[in-house]
Amino acid sequence: MSLIVPTMAEMMAKGESSEYLFWVGCSGSFDDRAKKITKALVKILNKCDVNFAVLGAEESCTGDPAKRAGNEFTFQMQAMMNIQVLDGYQVNKIVTACPHCFNTLKNEYPELGGNYEVIHHTQLIQELINQGKLTLEGGGEFAGKKITFHDPCYLGRANNVFEAPRSLIEKLDSELVEMKQCKSKGLCCGAGGAQMFKEAENGSKEINIERTEQALDVKPDIIATGCPFCNTMMTDGVKNFNKEDSVQVLDVAELIASAANL
Amino acid sequence: MISILLFSLLLIVGIGFFSWNVYKMRSNINLGLDIDRKDNKKQRWKTMLLVALGQKKMFKRPIPAMLHLAIYAAFIVTQIELIEIFIDGLFDNHRTFHNALGGFYTFIISFIEILSLLALIATFAFLSRRNLIKVPRLVMSEMKGWPKMDGNMILFMELILVSCIFTMNGADEMIHIAKTGESYGFTISQFIGPMFFDGMSMHSLHIAEKVGWWGHIIMVFTFLNYLPYSKHFHIFLAFPNTYYSNLEAKGRLTNMPAVTKEVSLMMDPNADPYAVAPEGDEVVQQKFGAKDVTDLTWKNLMDSYTCTECGRCTSSCPANVTGKLLSPRKIMMDTRDRLVEVGDNKRKHGKDYEDGKSLLGDYISEEELWACTSCNACVEECPVNIDPLSIIVDLRRYLVMEESKMPTELAGMLTNIENNGAPWQFSQADRLNWANED
Repeated sequence: MSLIVPTMAEMMAKGESSEYLFWVGCSGSFDDRAKKITKALVKILNKCDVNFAVLGAEESCTGDPAKRAGNEFTFQMQAMMNIQVLDGYQVNKIVTACPHCFNTLKNEYPELGGNYEVIHHTQLIQELINQGKLTLEGGGEFAGKKITFHDPCYLGRANNVFEAPRSLIEKLDSELVEMKQCKSKGLCCGAGGAQMFKEAENGSKEINIERTEQALDVKPDIIATGCPFCNTMMTDGVKNFNKEDSVQVLDVAELIASAANL
Repeated sequence: MISILLFSLLLIVGIGFFSWNVYKMRSNINLGLDIDRKDNKKQRWKTMLLVALGQKKMFKRPIPAMLHLAIYAAFIVTQIELIEIFIDGLFDNHRTFHNALGGFYTFIISFIEILSLLALIATFAFLSRRNLIKVPRLVMSEMKGWPKMDGNMILFMELILVSCIFTMNGADEMIHIAKTGESYGFTISQFIGPMFFDGMSMHSLHIAEKVGWWGHIIMVFTFLNYLPYSKHFHIFLAFPNTYYSNLEAKGRLTNMPAVTKEVSLMMDPNADPYAVAPEGDEVVQQKFGAKDVTDLTWKNLMDSYTCTECGRCTSSCPANVTGKLLSPRKIMMDTRDRLVEVGDNKRKHGKDYEDGKSLLGDYISEEELWACTSCNACVEECPVNIDPLSIIVDLRRYLVMEESKMPTELAGMLTNIENNGAPWQFSQADRLNWANED
């Protein structure tokens, strides 16, 4: 099944408008692993006939890592350029699979004049299931599997979204097991605050190793995440323990897409 | 008469010196930049009632929460007895409320005694957590020296306070029995009296009672005046500090209006690049980010005085638990220590005095700042809603925007964002390639 991914420019040329803008993000656009998450989400959106479009080549970094690194100039330059593009297409609703883009668009753009309703992809998928647009016939390959959810800091603690991803995992007839630090007490994967783009400072351990240990302690078959950067960090952590054959790291969108045979 | 004079003197000196220190603290906090935290009063009151008065966040860790609750409740309820002690002291009375309140008086004093006993037990538990069990977050590197002694001093003072109450009530119980043949009937001291003061002469009993009474009130004023020099000021500042909490989503970092002004000008195609600043526009030399405490907001500074060094932030910090140099508690302790230094300098040498030191560099190192993942665990953990992250970000801003000092990989990341709109070197034109790949 080929993906249907209209761009905002194409929609506009046809005189059409879309309900959602899917903000793909840098990771979802360029990182080979994260692209799979992007495609899984598009499959779900296509399946449910969600009227959406992407910006494609007109999308640019939200500025999140620049802001967290302390460069407010680069952040605001990015934000203002993005706001011009978004407002040019009269975007109202944005869905994104990246909690960092989510947080920045939702919380930091309004003060610069960009006001949108921003939701995380797990929230949209939950809504699609609740509306009956997406039905799961059991959990498919995930039925009976043990799944633990790693809370992305910028989705959970930063924006209090804890239940949407968990409610989706519970739809898979699988066993949701919580790590000793979860929800508001969840431990960071180590990528936030622009750490993704630098070597860690000197210490006794990598943060992703610490977090992966917590995840492996509950003996999961799958570590689920809702953030492409967490996905990278946890995948590396699992490889570090040579567990990549027995423990998969998957985004919630990938779980749902596969369970729905998409 | 002499005792009234002595007591009045103690009262004036005790409250006067405390007020002077509070005034200094207040003026130090006002050295910070302005930030608006006056909106949404209803939500603010609610936060204060739940978090400060109700200690909601403490109960995430039930054992220290219960011990802390015992001391907190004893502290609050003992204030009732303190009112009586003040009146007795000023008018040379003895148990002013006893006859007036009757049975209710017995109830109140008994209640105070029970809570005091619980507080005594909790204080011993806290001392052993610090000195015997050595709970990791209480013995970390930034807790060596003065902070360790400070923590123990507070607990010792609490022991003395409680012991004095029981000495006073125990001896008085025996005096009362000798005089009236009846017990006061206070829950604890009716046992303490016979246990410790049995067989003592009337004269010795009166001395013991006075020692307890004066010991208690002297300790109260000592404690009060020790507070501004210790980490223990949270007993007052927890309330305003939670009232002025950040009510926004934790993930939102502040926008910098000064930057917005410049960026808007840069992006305005009609802007005149040679324009002179309009007449009357103040030219304020403003730093981007924070180098010293005076570049932080007053709320950051209030946070630093509110911190009681419990270390919940540090024990939940992903950087700290993996052995990095960063400790959010140390960020708060450094901010407070530097603020006291800057404030004292200004009072001693005039308000424009510079000592050549700064929070960034002399207190907090770049390595600490670059270890932060901005995960907000420290902010979430703090039982009195302190926000170490906003200080870390402001210091980073200064490093990056004023001094261009940052790890080289981050410089590369920023260049990529500026050149091709992504933190990696991928062309913006390729953003949709994924849609056509397998």
